[in-house]
Amino acid sequence: MASDRIFGLVMFAVALAYVASAFQIQSSFLSDPVGSKSFPILIGVVVMISSLVLIAKPDADPDWPTSRTFLMLLVATITLIGYAYALKPMGFIFPTFVAASILSYQIGPRIGPALITGAGLSVGLFILFKYALGLGLFPFPAGMIG
Amino acid sequence: METLTNLALGFSVALTPFTLMLAIIGCFLGTIIGALPGLGPSNGVAILIPITFTLGLDATSALVLMTSVYYGAMYGGRISSILLNIPGDEPALMTTLDGYPMAKQGKASDALVLSGVASFVGAFLATIGLIILAPLLARVAYLFGPAEYFALYLLAFCTLGGMASNNQAKSAIAACLGLGIAMIGLDNTSGMPRFTYGNLHLMDGVDFLVAIVGLFAIAEVFFFIESHGKNTALGVRLEKVTIPFKMIMDSFWTMIRSTIIGFFAGVLPGAGASLGSFMAYMAQKAIAKDPETYGKGNPRGVAAPEAGNNAAAGGALVPMLTLGVPGSGTTAVLLALLMTLNITPGPTLFADRPEVVWGLIASLLISNVVLLIMNVPLVKIFVYVLQVPPWVLLPGVTMISFVGIYSLSGSYFDLLLMVGFGVLGYFLRKLDIPTVPVILGILLGNQMEDSLRRAMVLSDGDWAFLFSTPIAIGLWIAAIGGFIAPMFLRKVLKKPQAITD
Repeated sequence: MASDRIFGLVMFAVALAYVASAFQIQSSFLSDPVGSKSFPILIGVVVMISSLVLIAKPDADPDWPTSRTFLMLLVATITLIGYAYALKPMGFIFPTFVAASILSYQIGPRIGPALITGAGLSVGLFILFKYALGLGLFPFPAGMIG
Repeated sequence: METLTNLALGFSVALTPFTLMLAIIGCFLGTIIGALPGLGPSNGVAILIPITFTLGLDATSALVLMTSVYYGAMYGGRISSILLNIPGDEPALMTTLDGYPMAKQGKASDALVLSGVASFVGAFLATIGLIILAPLLARVAYLFGPAEYFALYLLAFCTLGGMASNNQAKSAIAACLGLGIAMIGLDNTSGMPRFTYGNLHLMDGVDFLVAIVGLFAIAEVFFFIESHGKNTALGVRLEKVTIPFKMIMDSFWTMIRSTIIGFFAGVLPGAGASLGSFMAYMAQKAIAKDPETYGKGNPRGVAAPEAGNNAAAGGALVPMLTLGVPGSGTTAVLLALLMTLNITPGPTLFADRPEVVWGLIASLLISNVVLLIMNVPLVKIFVYVLQVPPWVLLPGVTMISFVGIYSLSGSYFDLLLMVGFGVLGYFLRKLDIPTVPVILGILLGNQMEDSLRRAMVLSDGDWAFLFSTPIAIGLWIAAIGGFIAPMFLRKVLKKPQAITD
């Protein structure tokens, strides 16, 4: 019950902000009867109505994971964000090894297999991408010999 | 016979050794993708798109590869349904009802072969249906103006929202979420930036591939972390595979009926394969002389949903190719592929690029034969593949997704966006909000707005123009009906849950 209501409130607020910024869209001298604003405003209004329906008639709550699992999901998200930033400056192999090992450990919590998975994936995928598919990846940070 | 000449053209494209090889690779990858729990067809096709793109395949080859993956995934979904009672993808849910009981009675290989044959019958006849129906519909589609297209897009969102979800408000929010995201970037008509908040990365808009891979693949990783990779297939064995001729003959008419039902469910824009397998199973159970044996391992209960599911997969290609409106989540992903390849689906596609359309259709026929061979005598290979542990599979999928998206634009911004969509996808799925309308919204948002604006330019701002032709009115009625009717039918047609034991 509560989850859907919170989601409805969040979506209502988002839609309100969306409509507000739709009104800020600059018009251009090239104009048509509908204009740049109407369709986004229409979308925002539909979301607002649906959010109100959801607040009025919420479904049963889903099974939310425990706070420990949420922490793990947060760690996974941070890992992925870090991986996104690291991929270019640090080359493919090292960030992939770290990120794959962490994810693998989170799914099947054993350190040994996780590290082997990380090592295998980073090297194996690099060979696959670089030589079989011909993508322009760099194995190591620029400046290092590689 | 125009159709036959067209088909001959198609086969001349599809039977080149290179295209044939792509079809075989695609079928193989597709069956694996379908069979592995947690890696559905839309997911699998989405991850493969950026990679196909960087391989520099031409339009026909890329399409052949991806559609054979698509068909392959539809075949593969049944393997884990039957052996593990875990649907490999959503349409395969119905196959668990009788497939798993059959496996428990020691008839796993019979169930696999029978469902493989049923898949073949469904997919093959649906491809024939596609050959007949698509050119006809393409001719009708010439009559579509902007007002009709606007109503058609609306119909797709409404039927998808009505059928695919349990709560209309949620699917409306999902569709609008996608439409809202599609608005980000430069306005097509006026050229002014919208919702970019001064961020240069957002000027080009949000690439739908980023959204698709994030919502499907990355979100899946979060789900596996949550469940710690339970539902795994370690330790499945399959005895010698024999062909149960009698069983196949007995369910022949079941397959034909289910194919017809599935095909039309697939043609409906937005409804898709899950609906096809569901309706085929329910219809089969309704006319059976022995309805009480269904759910306890009746072979017909395996044949019906598989034929229906694969027929729907073929049917869903009809609106996708002729109107540019996808009939299911996976065809939405295929539509994204077409757009990336700069092919505009629609009636003109049949006139302007016959080699693409008919090459695709011919390769579908070939893929089907390849898939029958792979899935009946060679089914054991895929049972081995099922044993890849999730703690290797999911990190692998993640890394492939990252490299794929990274190779599209080479910017970390898209990767961050993809992770963001992954988190969004996790919460949406937790809250039982369907993610397919989000994808469809991002994909179709700009065209939907453009058709509305073009219609208004034509009519000089008169809104009544949207309802001015019989086709438009019919589409509006169907859209509203498709959105409202499931509210009343939901009590009658309750989706069965997977059996737990």
